[in-house]
Amino acid sequence: MIVAILIDRHTRVITQGITGKTGQFHTRQCREYAYGRDCFVAGVNPKKAGEELEGIPVFATVEEAKQKTGATVSVIYVPPAYASAAIDEAVEAGLDLVVCITEGIPVWDMLRTRARMRGKKTLLIGPNCPGIITPGELKIGIMPGAIHQQGRIGVVSRSGTLTYEAVAQLSELELGQSTCIGIGGDPINGLKHIDVLKLFNEDSETDAVLMVGEIGGTDEEECARWVREHMKKPVVGFIAGVTAPPGKRMGHAGAIIAGGKGTAQEKIEVMEACGIRVTRNPAEMGKLLKSVI
Amino acid sequence: MKIHEYQAKAILSRYGVSVPAGIACFSVKEAVLAAEKLGGNKWVVKAQIYAGGRGKGGGVKLAKSIAEVRQFAEAMLFALLVTHQTGPQGRIVHRLYIEQGVDISHEYYLALVVDRTSQCVSLIASDAGGMDIEQVAAGSPEKIHKIQIDPLAGLNLRDAERIVREINLPESCQPAAITMLDALYWAFDENDASLLEINPLIVTPDNRLIALDAKMNFDDNALFRHPEIAALRDPDEDDPLEAEASQHGLSYIPLDGDIACLVNGAGLAMATMDIIKLYGGNPANFLDVGGGATVEKVTEAFKLMLRNPGLQAILVNIFGGIMRCDVIAEGVVSAAREVKLTVPLIVRLEGTNVELGKKILADSGLTIISAGNMADAARKAVDAAARHRTETATRGA
Repeated sequence: MIVAILIDRHTRVITQGITGKTGQFHTRQCREYAYGRDCFVAGVNPKKAGEELEGIPVFATVEEAKQKTGATVSVIYVPPAYASAAIDEAVEAGLDLVVCITEGIPVWDMLRTRARMRGKKTLLIGPNCPGIITPGELKIGIMPGAIHQQGRIGVVSRSGTLTYEAVAQLSELELGQSTCIGIGGDPINGLKHIDVLKLFNEDSETDAVLMVGEIGGTDEEECARWVREHMKKPVVGFIAGVTAPPGKRMGHAGAIIAGGKGTAQEKIEVMEACGIRVTRNPAEMGKLLKSVI
Repeated sequence: MKIHEYQAKAILSRYGVSVPAGIACFSVKEAVLAAEKLGGNKWVVKAQIYAGGRGKGGGVKLAKSIAEVRQFAEAMLFALLVTHQTGPQGRIVHRLYIEQGVDISHEYYLALVVDRTSQCVSLIASDAGGMDIEQVAAGSPEKIHKIQIDPLAGLNLRDAERIVREINLPESCQPAAITMLDALYWAFDENDASLLEINPLIVTPDNRLIALDAKMNFDDNALFRHPEIAALRDPDEDDPLEAEASQHGLSYIPLDGDIACLVNGAGLAMATMDIIKLYGGNPANFLDVGGGATVEKVTEAFKLMLRNPGLQAILVNIFGGIMRCDVIAEGVVSAAREVKLTVPLIVRLEGTNVELGKKILADSGLTIISAGNMADAARKAVDAAARHRTETATRGA
């Protein structure tokens, strides 16, 4: 049974890197949100196996944590130099979903990890992302839970705070969200816009989708072409970086206009040609969505 | 991170890639000595800047005598070089590379890039070398050949054999070319490169393969495991403001507008620039204070923004998630006091502890224009900037 997409109150989650400052802080925050206390059941740190963190048992490996608790999802706060190995471990253990929050993972590490994931069932969100939340059910990541509202709008975005902005605009208009996913700003990552749109398309709890993109790459264009052919629900969008100069990296590794490719203008044109309404005004994302439902 | 041509060639030659003999120089005297040491009867004097397009901009000259080496070196060193990649402001040349001249029979193009669409490394090759490859790709895409390389398996021999045939390399050069492709791939992999470009790769009249130019970019996230590459960074090539910002953990890019913006998160920072433009203003910068902004960081950010002599307003747009609005508000207040603000300050706070943050701003006694949402903030910033511009102009007159 799927309530919204990927996660709900029945999901059981392992925190990889639970003993670090970030992992501890956010695991605590996530447990305080909705059904989080039931959902976060294990932590992993090979050096601190057998310890406990506020009642959460720490295991040596993901495999063991999965065996002992029945968890199927993990969230990673491991430092960048070790984060891709943490993803590999979760994939090897056969988890359904891995959410990697860590920012600054070397591109080559992710290239190899993605190659190892081929043919495996594990889905990856991130890295360098805020995570995933099904409002009123479960939050896995670093987004502020309070701005979300339970509802029927799907949100997918490459960035962190711009996602919060989008969500807050929706909530302000009393347009609650089914699931919000930050897929992350890195060039080599897990789920892309298109993958998330496919999930929303099949999800009976989602009525419409807000898709937030930014300069760099061609993922939004690819997603738009898929939407034109297959999407059964309204999709609206915003693309950040109309004013970004070419050749300059705007924060994340992926946000760069290189070789004349990946401009906001190009993305907006393709999206509109594919039937996605796009606002030029980042203050009107919520309003635009309201106009299509 | 980028490095100079001569540094890239030094790396590649360690992997067995043939490059012309050359010596890097920092003065005209060194350039002349280098040419004498290299010997031969022709030399290439090459300006070393990170930007491409040097040939067309006059940064690559063929010298047929030592006197010409001196003449070209004198003209290039410490002069401004403008290419289509430097922008109109150009770059001052601080280093030269003197190379032995090589006879060219044909020019090819080779590149390795991380391809985000296929999530692989792509090898791109063409027999239309020496030209701007983007123009080739646009005008005659049939001349661009591509293979995708599995990062776990490395370069596939069959694929390599196919691509050297496709770009019509002379048959006698093909085995050497395959060896070179493999060497380039290892240089790319082992050094955590994000781009490796040989343009041109040349075949000499006696059928030798030589990398006549070389460009390598590296993944900043992986520099921690390549201290020898990190040490190659040339501070003369960095934008001083961007470099200073990165020392404080800020991501800052100056633009040519007059409304500075301070934002948390790259996506929201870009969106803030966009909305300023949409409401008729011009953003002065991109500035992402990141997730863990402290009072010190916000103060540094203000100092950076205020360096802009044409500045007319500052817009702070914060969506507090993990970052609490009260912390940002305290940072803004203390920064505004420390730097003696001379332009209007517009602040929009949203998210965690927003009420407390607003109270701190209101109680500070500072003249802060507070905004309820992003649209309101942008509108107020554009208006305040226009007013400030008029006021300053009137006072000036």
